[in-house]
Amino acid sequence: MKSKIEAARLQFETDLAKATTSEEIENLRIAFLGKKGLITDLLKGLKDVSVEEKKEIGKDVNILKGFVAKSIEEKQTELKKAEQEAKLKSAKCYDITAPDNLELGTLHPISLVQREVEKVFVSMGFTIEDFSEIVDDYSNFEALNIPKHHPARDMQDTYYLDNGQLLKTHTSAAQNAIMKKYGAPLRVIFPSRCFRNESIDASHENTFFQMEGIMIDEDISISNLIYFMKTLLSEVFKRDVKVRLRPGFFPFVEPGFELDINCEICGGEGCPTCKHSGWIELCPCGMIHPNVLIEGGIDPEKYTGFAFGLGLTRLAMMEYGIKDIRVLNSGNLKALTQFDTRNI
Amino acid sequence: MLISMNWIGEFVDLSGLDLDALISKFTLATAEVEEIYHKGEDVIGVVAAKILSVENHPKSKKLHLLKVDAGDKVYDVVCGAPNVEVGIIVPFVPMGGSVGGMDIKEAEIAGYKSYGMCCSESELGISDDHSGLMILPEDTKLGTSIKDLYAIDDIVFEVDNKSLTNRPDLWGHYGIAREFAAITKRPLKPIDKVNHEDYANLPEVEIDIQDTEHCYRYIGTKAENVTKKVSPVDMRIRLFYCGSRAINFLADITNYIMLELGQPMHAFDMRQVNKVEVKRFDNKFKFETLDQVERDIDENTLMICSNDEPVAIAGIMGGYKSEINDDTTTLLLESANFDGVCVRKSTSRMGHRTDASMRYEKMLDPELCMVAAERYVKLLLDLDSGAKITSAMTDAYPVKYPEISLNFDKRYVDRYTGIEITNDEIVETLTALGFKVSLENDNFSVIVPSWRSTKDVTIKADIIEEITRIYGYDNFVIKTTNSPLAPVRDLPSRNDDYMVKSLLADKFGLHEIHTYMWNDAKKQKEIGIVAEGDIRLINSISPDNIIIRKSLIPNELTVINENKTFKPTFGIFEIARVVDGKKENGYANEKKMLGITLFSREKSEEELYLAVKDIVKTIGITTKNYNFTLKNAESVDLAWQHPVNTAEIYMGDIKIGYFTALHPEIKDKIDKKAAIICAELDMDCIYSIEQSYIKYVQPSKFPGIEIDLSFLLDKNAKFEVISNVIDSFECPFIQGYKLADIFESEALNDKKSVTVRIDFCSFDRTLSGDEIQEYLNSLIVKFAE
Repeated sequence: MKSKIEAARLQFETDLAKATTSEEIENLRIAFLGKKGLITDLLKGLKDVSVEEKKEIGKDVNILKGFVAKSIEEKQTELKKAEQEAKLKSAKCYDITAPDNLELGTLHPISLVQREVEKVFVSMGFTIEDFSEIVDDYSNFEALNIPKHHPARDMQDTYYLDNGQLLKTHTSAAQNAIMKKYGAPLRVIFPSRCFRNESIDASHENTFFQMEGIMIDEDISISNLIYFMKTLLSEVFKRDVKVRLRPGFFPFVEPGFELDINCEICGGEGCPTCKHSGWIELCPCGMIHPNVLIEGGIDPEKYTGFAFGLGLTRLAMMEYGIKDIRVLNSGNLKALTQFDTRNI
Repeated sequence: MLISMNWIGEFVDLSGLDLDALISKFTLATAEVEEIYHKGEDVIGVVAAKILSVENHPKSKKLHLLKVDAGDKVYDVVCGAPNVEVGIIVPFVPMGGSVGGMDIKEAEIAGYKSYGMCCSESELGISDDHSGLMILPEDTKLGTSIKDLYAIDDIVFEVDNKSLTNRPDLWGHYGIAREFAAITKRPLKPIDKVNHEDYANLPEVEIDIQDTEHCYRYIGTKAENVTKKVSPVDMRIRLFYCGSRAINFLADITNYIMLELGQPMHAFDMRQVNKVEVKRFDNKFKFETLDQVERDIDENTLMICSNDEPVAIAGIMGGYKSEINDDTTTLLLESANFDGVCVRKSTSRMGHRTDASMRYEKMLDPELCMVAAERYVKLLLDLDSGAKITSAMTDAYPVKYPEISLNFDKRYVDRYTGIEITNDEIVETLTALGFKVSLENDNFSVIVPSWRSTKDVTIKADIIEEITRIYGYDNFVIKTTNSPLAPVRDLPSRNDDYMVKSLLADKFGLHEIHTYMWNDAKKQKEIGIVAEGDIRLINSISPDNIIIRKSLIPNELTVINENKTFKPTFGIFEIARVVDGKKENGYANEKKMLGITLFSREKSEEELYLAVKDIVKTIGITTKNYNFTLKNAESVDLAWQHPVNTAEIYMGDIKIGYFTALHPEIKDKIDKKAAIICAELDMDCIYSIEQSYIKYVQPSKFPGIEIDLSFLLDKNAKFEVISNVIDSFECPFIQGYKLADIFESEALNDKKSVTVRIDFCSFDRTLSGDEIQEYLNSLIVKFAE
């Protein structure tokens, strides 16, 4: 019996050394540990030995069984690892240089710029308002201290409609309604599409986007206006902009200003972009005219405020280097589908 | 407008100051300077020289060979000017000098040496006269620098006219000088003029203002025995530098004073005009202005007449017949003020804007009329010693602006400006600008000067601007407000717009476009759509684009039509406004809509139609967790809607939009091979939906089982024949079902096999097969019914 055990061990060791595939190992396992395997036979043979021997031989067989099982497992792990490695080595390397297939849509450049700018203003406590594009004479002119026969009405090239209304010529047309809706104090921006009845060329459009903001509270001063404009525009342009105010005339503000920012292209030295002045005219602004506050139901003796207008169309053109304004309303998809920025 | 610093210098002493820097300050304090020109910079080494001899050039008819004495020596010069003559003194540039950027060197011209150049006024840059050499006075010392003779050196800057719109006082040098005086804190000198009272005893000019509504003031003055024809060189240089040009002595003074004081003037030949009526006519007629153009005059045009004969269009231009001629020796001078609106309207009716009308439009100060008239008389008498004033400076002044006085206190200034400024500084600034200021404790009382009272300064906020612009916006210490912070409420419409836009672009790959507010009738006609809408533009400059759109789709279809070759499959969208009818008060009923159009030459119309259906549903769920209901339209009312494949989108009972396969008649005009689907949704309705509440359900711990049921249905049968039965089947364990497969084959003839996968699951136990089978059996029975 003992010699049988020894022979089995020897044979196992020999066979194991020969085995190189997991299939051969599996066969080996069946040959030794299977139902009709060698070790199973040895265990079955135990019934023929004496009780005294049974204990000792049984122990030997079990040791052998344990040894075989462990060796097979080890060998199998080893082989599997080798096979896995071989498989990984021969794995196909996928082609990341293959053409992209993104199928992403795109937003209009105005949408992108508008969202970006709105985020800045919201972060400074401004509410966003929406307002109709067709307005009446009162909203667009009267409420803004632009009475009949005021030359500003001629300058604005207004589109009039056959029902007596008009297409708003500026975002300021919403000021009155917003003042009446919120009352003072308030901080609101109101982007909108505006219209001017003029011929279109590379730098003129009859349909364009502006964004206007007003802030009204007790003791709002020109100094505050400059602070807010500088801070907000620095955020919009993502740099520390320098601002400069010049007198500018708009009937709905007093005083009114033209706000310039320092030219980034030349750093203030003067270049064609800033017409060699070092400054770029960016946004009209001013302290809201007392008459406009009164029309909006706000007491100008108690409250003051400022208003400013940003040309969203102009900002979009600046941001993306669009030279021809007509692209924006052209519906030309080759031009418009370039704006797939998702940083919004 | 062009401003000469030499001229300004006559009214305020700017010596010792950096003029370029000062002009930059002017931009910040008053109005935008667009350009600065350094006149005379390119005139170097030009001296007075006498032509000693003139010889014809042997080979050229035009050229002459001159000997020119420039004081230091005699030069040989080859000259092409026609007016060369022995003995005349002319400006001469010897070698080494330069004019107009041209350096003068020794040169050989047509075989002869030339050592310098004689100049015309145009070559010196002081007029546009290039007809011949400029001739200097006979007594000019040879060798004298031309710049010692005339004010050729000057700094001239151009102010943006638009930025002067609201400042009638800045349309002349004197007003600008007042600004410089305030900016530099130096005194403004008074204008050198006569006193009209000195002529009060002379006979009056007959002035009859019949339209006192539009003629505020008219001053007439007669002068005789004027013999001077040509204005002094320095006056002509100023006129030229400031964008005008010399015409004749009498007209030049009017232009000179307009540039100096901002007051337009007109000199009539007294032989034609010896009395004045200011009136409008009842009829239309033609009138020839001094530029020899026949202009249309109508009932609204204010005219100056003499003996009922029209002689000038008030505030715009004089008549040709009464203009100053070479033989004019007597004149009637007009210094008047007309209603700005009236002048502006006449100007735009005639399409003829002049330097005078441009100024009147700004509402000039009528007080200026007398100052200008007195200044004219002063210049006339100074420059033509023989001239005589033969009438009183007759003043008809029917409309006077009221004097404006404003009261405010120091605290008002403080809180409006946010700067630290003293009462003294405020007084100093306002006084320099011509305001009469009195101060008691912290209370200011100011009287606005007449030249700011016509419309510009009317309320105390206007005073703030005066104080701050002279204080300098650059000097402001900037600070944030004391306003309390409050949470910022989102506008639901803005959120929904952005959510929908991102969804359409990022999930469905569509491209956002912008189209116009109006229908493009021409482009729409090309694809067979008749532009429709409820309101129209009445004054559009493009006659094809006057109907305000009622739907976004027609413009989108024109975009599709123009982008057919963009890609085989693509889609566009726009969120924008349309007008759907009018409200009770006649106002436009404006709605914000979402328009989507898909185009494909690869996919079937059905696929594309169902793709839009998914897009529409996703919009409801993504924005508001709301499931829109769809119904097949029983009838269609829009030209682009398909009579069979048009679906209406409902939010509860409210129809909020539709999607449709494009009507084949229009589609084929765009592309016969393509499928085109459009959808239009009312965004205002979507904004109005309350976000539906999300209630969490713990998923079952017990395994579910999916059972497939297959049905043999008519080929045209809709899925709802299955879904309706399952939806109404009462079984607590059906958690959901979906379409697993549709199988069609020739073997099935006109039938199709539809497989539905039903998900059974209980929340409290594992379901047994028998249990499920029982439900299935009764479901099948239900189907059989």
